[in-house]
Amino acid sequence: MIHHYLLAEISQPGKIGCSLPALDVPPTELPPTELLRQELELPEVSEVELVRYFTALSKLNYGVDTGFYPLGSCTMKYNPKWHEDIAKLAGFASIHPLQPEESVQGALQLMFELQEYLAEITGMNATSLVPIAGAHGEFTGLLLVKAYHQDRGDKARRKILLTDSSHGTNPASAVMCGFEAGVVASDSRGNVDMKSLESAMNEEVAALTLTMPTTLGLFDPQILEISQLVHERGGLLGADGANLNAFLGRVKFGELGYDYVQLNLHKTFSTPHGGGGPGSGPVCVKENLADFLPSPLVTRNNGRYKLVSPARSIGRIANFHGNFGVMCKAYAYIRSLGAEGLKEVSENAVLNANYLKEKLKPYYYLPYDRICMHEVVFSGRRQKAKGVHTVDIAKRLLDYGLHPPTVYFPLIVDEALMIEPTETESKQTLDAFVEAMKEIAKDVEGNPEILHTAPHNTPVRRLDDVRAARNPDLRWQMRS
Amino acid sequence: MLREIGVGSIEELFQDIPEKLRHAQFKLPSPLSELVLKKELSQLASRNVSLDNYACFLGGGSYRHFIPGTVEHVIGRSEFYTAYTPYQAEVSQGTLQGTYEYQSLVCQLTGMEVSNAGMYDGSTAAAEAAIMACMITKRSKIAVSSTVNPTYRDVISTYVKARNFSIETVESNSSLSSDSACLVVQQPNFLGYLEEMEVHVQKAHDIGALFIAIVDPISLGMFRPPGHYGADIAVADGQALGNPTGFGGPGLGVFTCRQEYLRQMPGRIVGKTVDVEGKPGYVMTLVTREQYIRRERATSNICTSEALMALAAAVYLATLGRRGLRQVAELCYHKAHYAAEKIARLTGYSPVFSKPFFKEFAIRCPVAPSQINRGLFNEGIIGGLDISHIIENGMLLCVTEMNTRQEIDKLVEILGAV
Repeated sequence: MIHHYLLAEISQPGKIGCSLPALDVPPTELPPTELLRQELELPEVSEVELVRYFTALSKLNYGVDTGFYPLGSCTMKYNPKWHEDIAKLAGFASIHPLQPEESVQGALQLMFELQEYLAEITGMNATSLVPIAGAHGEFTGLLLVKAYHQDRGDKARRKILLTDSSHGTNPASAVMCGFEAGVVASDSRGNVDMKSLESAMNEEVAALTLTMPTTLGLFDPQILEISQLVHERGGLLGADGANLNAFLGRVKFGELGYDYVQLNLHKTFSTPHGGGGPGSGPVCVKENLADFLPSPLVTRNNGRYKLVSPARSIGRIANFHGNFGVMCKAYAYIRSLGAEGLKEVSENAVLNANYLKEKLKPYYYLPYDRICMHEVVFSGRRQKAKGVHTVDIAKRLLDYGLHPPTVYFPLIVDEALMIEPTETESKQTLDAFVEAMKEIAKDVEGNPEILHTAPHNTPVRRLDDVRAARNPDLRWQMRS
Repeated sequence: MLREIGVGSIEELFQDIPEKLRHAQFKLPSPLSELVLKKELSQLASRNVSLDNYACFLGGGSYRHFIPGTVEHVIGRSEFYTAYTPYQAEVSQGTLQGTYEYQSLVCQLTGMEVSNAGMYDGSTAAAEAAIMACMITKRSKIAVSSTVNPTYRDVISTYVKARNFSIETVESNSSLSSDSACLVVQQPNFLGYLEEMEVHVQKAHDIGALFIAIVDPISLGMFRPPGHYGADIAVADGQALGNPTGFGGPGLGVFTCRQEYLRQMPGRIVGKTVDVEGKPGYVMTLVTREQYIRRERATSNICTSEALMALAAAVYLATLGRRGLRQVAELCYHKAHYAAEKIARLTGYSPVFSKPFFKEFAIRCPVAPSQINRGLFNEGIIGGLDISHIIENGMLLCVTEMNTRQEIDKLVEILGAV
């Protein structure tokens, strides 16, 4: 059932959803009326009305706890429940970021150790936990690149190279850091086209940012040559670490030749995504970039933990120390798995993705037919030839009670379907997904109409995006 | 499964990775069970002084306010917190409609015309607002009032310098250079007192610059909202709206602007539309501003943000409603003034400013605030923010509805004994 009403429509004067204490001090005269507001048109609802309203809304949502969520590049793995409880402990949730350091030694210790664990996991020397989300971490990484070259007096490097398969945040972050974005092509196997890199990599290039495995879900075996070429020509190599689930506990970015990597705790480290945040996007760096990290870092001296600003810091990138609540959950994840457990994560993630690849290959076109890592990218071009598009396949999956894969990304694959099963799914779940995909492929041949009109069983059917953009209705207004 | 894939071992699945890179060694602590690790982490948490056990008079950008029980229970529903960004609108109407409520409530609160779905925190929202002003005015100089929170100024500086724009700090009585893109003013300002916003707005508009207000959302329960004094963009830290202080995060950046600047606004936006059967529903809209469509020409790189905290803010505002938020704001106002008046009567203490204020106020102490804070801490009180680098022996105190009369009286008593 779709929820037809809004809070403003059930508001009735005099209602309130909680009780507040009476004033226990003598009142002071209010300031002059020109400073005060005349009205405050917020809805007035009782607690039960409010709770029923939002409970009804929650039932219209699909989360990892609802079912399979193979959203490629997003790593929608299951989030252990007790990690949520850790973040809610009063000693973690109910502390102020500007409290005296001696009164938050436990929190600082957790941050310090998490900095160390993430540096160890990525093979780097230092970690900043401040970036609040993946794109924020990417922005931070590029600021480090900029500071590094400026510090060396190398002012000509105004370009960031990225691959044609990269995520949209990559070029957007480059522009936010005052760089131009240059593009390196992928070859027919989905690897970096070395000729393209060779010609683009000149003295104007500050860095190459290369997601590894790439957004095609493939590991580029030329990584050491790439790293050598970039460094020989004075550039730095940075990673969007969105795909770390592919080799967690097995491969270190540092050993691949990267100078920095930005992680997503809300992907790889099992903190839930919240419908679009909170995330956390730590940046791990080699020694050459460590002095430039944003403020603050946590250091340890004689068993005391302190917040400090690195010597040549790029400055502040957020108000406080980052999304601490998210860090608590990631910390619990790493400590409950240990090195062996992390390795099992990537083994099972890669196993699951390759299993789906083989099972679906007979039905969907596989543009890069080779061993994949934690995700596999299919193309819906066979189905497109029959008049059915990837969007139709995605919408039909909703009728099966399954969340669709990422679609139309990466941009270099026509009608892309990017499937990331993650390690937390069982073979039974994967098989149910394969069955649904097989039936859909069959319907493309015999009953395409059911795909064009899908979904049929969801709270709403396909929504009119064009109307939403042409006549923006972005809020309700209360009538006084 | 390996047989289906056609390989003999898991190892073969990693064949694209050069052999010598495939077996890195990791020095990490041994894994622990839930039972053992939970105990260890509870002990670690108990090494922190929780504001549940101490009286707190510390603000400066993170605020302790009452969080009604409804908030945690609603955002604790895993249908909300285990969902991804609502790319598949048909199965994300909960997140989407919740965001539409958030945008509506924030517009009502700020008196602004449009709101996005939320950003990282108040400081990054202010920084993105400054960049947006440069884009709109095609100018590259940002003027920030000297009374804006210094950390905000630092974050704005990091963001705008990255883009090769410049930033200058302006005093409230000085004039603006005519090529400024915007003027950024905080209300109430970092030192607690209320700025004459109309005067600042006029100053910005006189030279064709935009006016950006940074506001305290709780103060809007009683004070004039930015939409009423002519702000072009208004931002806020939304942590106070139903989120705990949480050692500084996750928080929420509130971002609102005038309708005419909608298409230059950064961040996600949810809009109402209809489905193929004409039923109402919600989608992410105006996506051509965003990085995943527009790549390097996007208004921002922002992607994952603080959606769950925005939902918390919506639940908070709806739970309190019209009367409740006013009541919370007035509780803060009266208690802060009660404390300020009592402290002003103590020998050696004096208020720094004689201007109207809301819940934070600066006092001059007879000795270094750090020394006073140590004494308070020993008595179970977290004192105010040490601002002696700005004002000699200055301390910024924050009093909210969470502080009882008993706590305030004890604070005053200890201050008096210094």
